[in-house]
Amino acid sequence: MGIWNSSVSETQIKFKNRLWLYIIAMIILFLLIVPSLVVIPMSFSDSQYLEFPPESYSTRWYENYFYSIDWLQATWTSVKVGVLTIFLATPLGIMAAYGLVNSNAKIRSILFPIMISPMMVPVILVAIGLFYFYVQFNMVNSILGLVLGHSLIAMPLVLIIVLSALSNYDMNQEKVARSLGASRLRAFFEITLPQIKFSIVSASLISFLTSFDEVIISLFVSGGDNSTITRSMFLALRDQIDPTIAAISTILIIISSVFLILTQTFGSPKD
Amino acid sequence: MKSDALNISIKDITKTYGEFFALKDVSLEVKSGEFLTLLGPSGSGKTTLLMVLAGFTRPDYGSVKFGTEEVVLKPPHLRDIGMVFQNYALFPHMNVEQNVGYPQKLRGVSKEKIKETVDEALKTVKLDGLGHRGVAELSGGQRQRVALARAIVFQPKILLMDEPLSALDKKLREEMQIELRQLHDSLNMTTVYVTHDQKEALTMSDRIAVINDGRLMQLDTPSAIYKKPNNAFIADFIGESSLLSVKVSKKNVYLGNTKILVEHSVKKDGDFLLVVRPEKLFLISDNLTDCNTFTGNVVESIYQGESQLLMIKLDPDSHGDQILRMRIPNGTASLQELPSIGNKITVGLKKSDSFLVE
Amino acid sequence: MTSTQRINQEGINKTELDQLDRKERYTLFGLTVPYLALVFGLIIIPIGWLFYMSFIGRDETLSLENYQRIWNSKAYLRIFKTTFQISLLTTLFCVLFGYPLTYFMSQLSNRWANICMIGVLIPFWTSLLVRTYAWLVLLQKKGLINTLAVDWGLWAEPIKFVHNTSGTLIGMVHIMLPFLILPLYANMRTIDKDCLKAAANLGATPTRAFWTVFFPLSLPGLFAGLLIVFVLCLGFYVTPALLGGGKVIMVAMKISDNIELYYSWGAASALGVVLLGVTMIILFIASKLVSIDQLGNRS
Repeated sequence: MGIWNSSVSETQIKFKNRLWLYIIAMIILFLLIVPSLVVIPMSFSDSQYLEFPPESYSTRWYENYFYSIDWLQATWTSVKVGVLTIFLATPLGIMAAYGLVNSNAKIRSILFPIMISPMMVPVILVAIGLFYFYVQFNMVNSILGLVLGHSLIAMPLVLIIVLSALSNYDMNQEKVARSLGASRLRAFFEITLPQIKFSIVSASLISFLTSFDEVIISLFVSGGDNSTITRSMFLALRDQIDPTIAAISTILIIISSVFLILTQTFGSPKD
Repeated sequence: MKSDALNISIKDITKTYGEFFALKDVSLEVKSGEFLTLLGPSGSGKTTLLMVLAGFTRPDYGSVKFGTEEVVLKPPHLRDIGMVFQNYALFPHMNVEQNVGYPQKLRGVSKEKIKETVDEALKTVKLDGLGHRGVAELSGGQRQRVALARAIVFQPKILLMDEPLSALDKKLREEMQIELRQLHDSLNMTTVYVTHDQKEALTMSDRIAVINDGRLMQLDTPSAIYKKPNNAFIADFIGESSLLSVKVSKKNVYLGNTKILVEHSVKKDGDFLLVVRPEKLFLISDNLTDCNTFTGNVVESIYQGESQLLMIKLDPDSHGDQILRMRIPNGTASLQELPSIGNKITVGLKKSDSFLVE
Repeated sequence: MTSTQRINQEGINKTELDQLDRKERYTLFGLTVPYLALVFGLIIIPIGWLFYMSFIGRDETLSLENYQRIWNSKAYLRIFKTTFQISLLTTLFCVLFGYPLTYFMSQLSNRWANICMIGVLIPFWTSLLVRTYAWLVLLQKKGLINTLAVDWGLWAEPIKFVHNTSGTLIGMVHIMLPFLILPLYANMRTIDKDCLKAAANLGATPTRAFWTVFFPLSLPGLFAGLLIVFVLCLGFYVTPALLGGGKVIMVAMKISDNIELYYSWGAASALGVVLLGVTMIILFIASKLVSIDQLGNRS
């Protein structure tokens, strides 16, 4: 099994000569993946302190989490906001992508940078801007405020994913459908949409994760009963280190992994 | 599968993109049941005109009538036309049957009727029995046929095709040209066909509309277009030709200082071009009547399979300094007769094959 | 006759056609309106307001006092210095770690490269807080790293890595690395391997072929990646706030403190405007180097 691309064998140095590169690459990959996983054994520690490796094991931190109304409520808020973000960011992103693809180059070159500006502006500024805005409209600590804020930063991701899907899609198919008697709307739903559905699934999952993992906006505009799990975690980590966080982190790793696997499985066409 | 064809009248269609005229006051009439080809180089506006007929490009102004009905303001899906695109644009998430049945589904036709018409359409394009294939399993030629079946399944009165054969290899393309033409004859639809391939246009069409720079240059039968192009662009674009600069003064035509006989004299004085089809030239030894003669040196002799192409540099004193191309079919002239490079030769051109364009 | 004259004369159905054209354009534009409304309402207007606030002094009048304070105060200048230092060092380490790994991945067959790519994407999609917490656990005095190092005799006494600059740097490099790798990898994959072959055929040694052919061709991707990392670092908040333990103060944290602790919108806004200005300048340079949609942001 040729691990090296055989077409470049002339310049490829054989395995032995490049052993150092293998070793360096493996070390870096190890450093990328493994540190996050340390929280998993930590979460089963019996100790109050952050000892590693733990001296004895228990599930007390999970019990702590599942018996804590505050943590469960925060988790529920995050899930709710994440799901609502999917339903706001994904359709808006798809509509904007379709409008952009079908308008002329000049309009596109003006609108596109505006549309991805939420990715460009430092999040802290987005957060304090939203905070100010929500204070005026009494929307601080509201679910709606969180969903709007999270949609704002998820939409550019949806836009980019759907734009790239549409750029690989042959718009002539929609034209054919229209020449055959389908209205533009119907052609979009029956011909275009089924062919970019994988990207839309990816975009939805990524919207959820973006919202679910978001810290800074949540820190500023959520609170009280509608505190998100990330906000509660951040505050817990800043103030005192409670091993319950390890249990929650493990749960979050599992959720992220599940979503990543879902994206890989359903977000790309099988062939 | 017969339907009543419709004639198409296009009047004063103009389309601009900023300062650029994609179409400039194009008017033409497509007769009912006719196979009309829009022929032109890329960027000439031929595809734009087809898109205007289909409704995907909205002209700045002008009228398009299908029969007596004005359609220029109608959206594409209400025009009831069959259309075949260059890259077929089959729907990959549907199989052959679903692709072909799609226009019928849109028209609310019953399931049984859809099945029936789809089978008939597939039979027409010689794909019977392939209904359950996926689009990816088809060859290029089969995809072409599916696209065609999809465009004719609802018996539209007008069929539009945008370079449908350009993705096929040469042999298949030539087969399909004949097949498409036969199909047209059996279906009795008005067909508007876009191509940049002059040979394809000459083979298939009842009439050809040559488009260049957004303008209709000439609309005529293939043979008329070939034999009597009405301007230098068409003479150059259709078939092979050498265009020699000539001067007309008092109805007499001069190439350098040699008088040239032409079939149709021109009334105007000034600079014209003499169109010389390379295959109409012949080798001669003495002067003939009713025939133009040119003398010059062979500067290039190229073997091209069925024929030999000679480039003749005309005698600068009598004809002016110009290059004439001549084609001699291989096999008609014996090898000894074939002039070689450097030879001085005299060639003739019948008066009836000599004509001028501006 | 000029073209416009002609159009006006011939405009039998020009008005209707124009109307249809406009209707179609407006419908398509209409699809982008909800999106644009959110962006305008929740980003552009609030930031415009921040811009305005940054010019309002303590006595509620227009003044430059907020900017003067940034310029004159040693504390603020130190914050900017820290921010740039941390950002530069993080970027530097990301390049040192990221380039060899990406180069390695770019030379693999698609299958193996995709497997390695999952290794890059897993941390990318793991919650920022989880990763920061993990480093908190690993780097503390009784953490795994100190335990192992002392056991193996690398250093005698446990070293305090957290709640200082080194901890912040380690955490940030870990979090930023995927942002360097992704655009760099996209770029390296497009480098034509025939170029390398040609160089080899012309007698270049592999090392020479790398430095004279591959490396220069990978520079656009490298610049894109490091500019993204640098820009994200400038506005970074979570990791320095947690791993720095209050000792490493970066601009974003100061903005947050100004609002949360002192409710001082003017000072926060001025800092924000400076941060935004620097970010935009760098992104502008980046957009000249690479296509704009490669510039992602997840902090």
